[in-house]
Amino acid sequence: MTWYLFQLLLQASLMTIFVSVLSIFAGLGFAVLLSAMRMSGNRVLFGGAGLFISFFRGVPLLVQLLLIFNLLPVIGITLPSLATAIIGLSLSTAAYQAENLRGGFEGVPIGLVESAEMAGFSRLQTFIYIRTPIALRMTFPALVNEAILILKASSLVSVVGLVELTKMAQNLAASTYQPLPIFASAGLIYLVINLIVAFAARRAEDALPGLPAK
Amino acid sequence: MSFDFAVILAKGPQILSGLGVTVLIWLAGTALAVALGFVVATARRFGGPLINLVLMVPVEVLRGTPFLIQIFLLYFGGPYIGLRLDPITAGLLGISVYGAAYYSEIFRAGYQSVPPGHVEAAECVGFSRLQTILFILLPEMALLVLPPSMNMAIILLKDTALLSLITVPEMTMTVSAIGSQQYAFVESIVVLALVYWALVELANWLGRITERKIAKLSVT
Repeated sequence: MTWYLFQLLLQASLMTIFVSVLSIFAGLGFAVLLSAMRMSGNRVLFGGAGLFISFFRGVPLLVQLLLIFNLLPVIGITLPSLATAIIGLSLSTAAYQAENLRGGFEGVPIGLVESAEMAGFSRLQTFIYIRTPIALRMTFPALVNEAILILKASSLVSVVGLVELTKMAQNLAASTYQPLPIFASAGLIYLVINLIVAFAARRAEDALPGLPAK
Repeated sequence: MSFDFAVILAKGPQILSGLGVTVLIWLAGTALAVALGFVVATARRFGGPLINLVLMVPVEVLRGTPFLIQIFLLYFGGPYIGLRLDPITAGLLGISVYGAAYYSEIFRAGYQSVPPGHVEAAECVGFSRLQTILFILLPEMALLVLPPSMNMAIILLKDTALLSLITVPEMTMTVSAIGSQQYAFVESIVVLALVYWALVELANWLGRITERKIAKLSVT
């Protein structure tokens, strides 16, 4: 295990961070959309969101990624592995984040929603300006949790051919016959990234505005 | 574009054998993870600050690194330190240790939820440590630890799919191999996804029933 090999792993970890960050925020967008579908009062939208969430929470991420990677070309869509990885991770995390957000939306004080309606907000405006910001603030710790899960889960995108930290470690382990130090180093890098995220999140939590009183 | 599911479903017995391995590794791995997690949490709760600190490190390392890296390290790195395991043993060991870290945190939260006064009261009436754990702590925290435990069991079920990457002949490996042989890879993955979905929904349903039963018991 040389410094050069470790540097290669560090470089690859930038791809891990890049894919994870994009997936987490894309997933958050999807999750808000899923929540809107569930609260729309429309049975088709409600059922569709429920089915989506059940499927993506019920199937292993590895199988989801294999499905997306192999199904899209068959129906005529060819995407680079980076795009496949981000789509796969963000759809999966969206399902989990939507479940987290549900708790947040249920916790929005009803008085705030009523005041917004009294002030003449439409249902959509209430959703965008009142419910969503409060639900996001309430579920911030769950979002951080999910971010750490996605950082770890991003190790699976190696199966769709993207060279991130895990794939780089696999390649190096195969070419140098040193799997022990290489996988241990990769693990250490994941651990340090996650510790930094957890630490930064605690700081951010303190800086965020407090929650409205019930 | 045409899908041919018949060539996959014709391999029913092979699919069932993969499903069997998945379910066995899942159940055995979860049972071992719960047991080990309970031991770790109990040692951290009653073993004093040093043991607490010594056990905290592996728990945090296991929770902070991807399961895939852990099993690669065990299966591919193990032989370099004399730990040569066959895929199934490595898979079972890997999932048990990984799961134990999460279960130990679930039990730790459970222990913390029991008011200290109840433990002190048990000690005052002469309960031994073991009696206190068995008759006071465990029943009081059962309701609290059950939902996250069920949740974790389902996470472990899905994580057994990763064992295909260290050649454990579980469902993902078996069914995707059938797909490659039959030139019907997409179909094989669709079948795979549907079987996992059904398994997870079944496990969810059983979990909900168990929770309801336990909740009824504990109403005082």
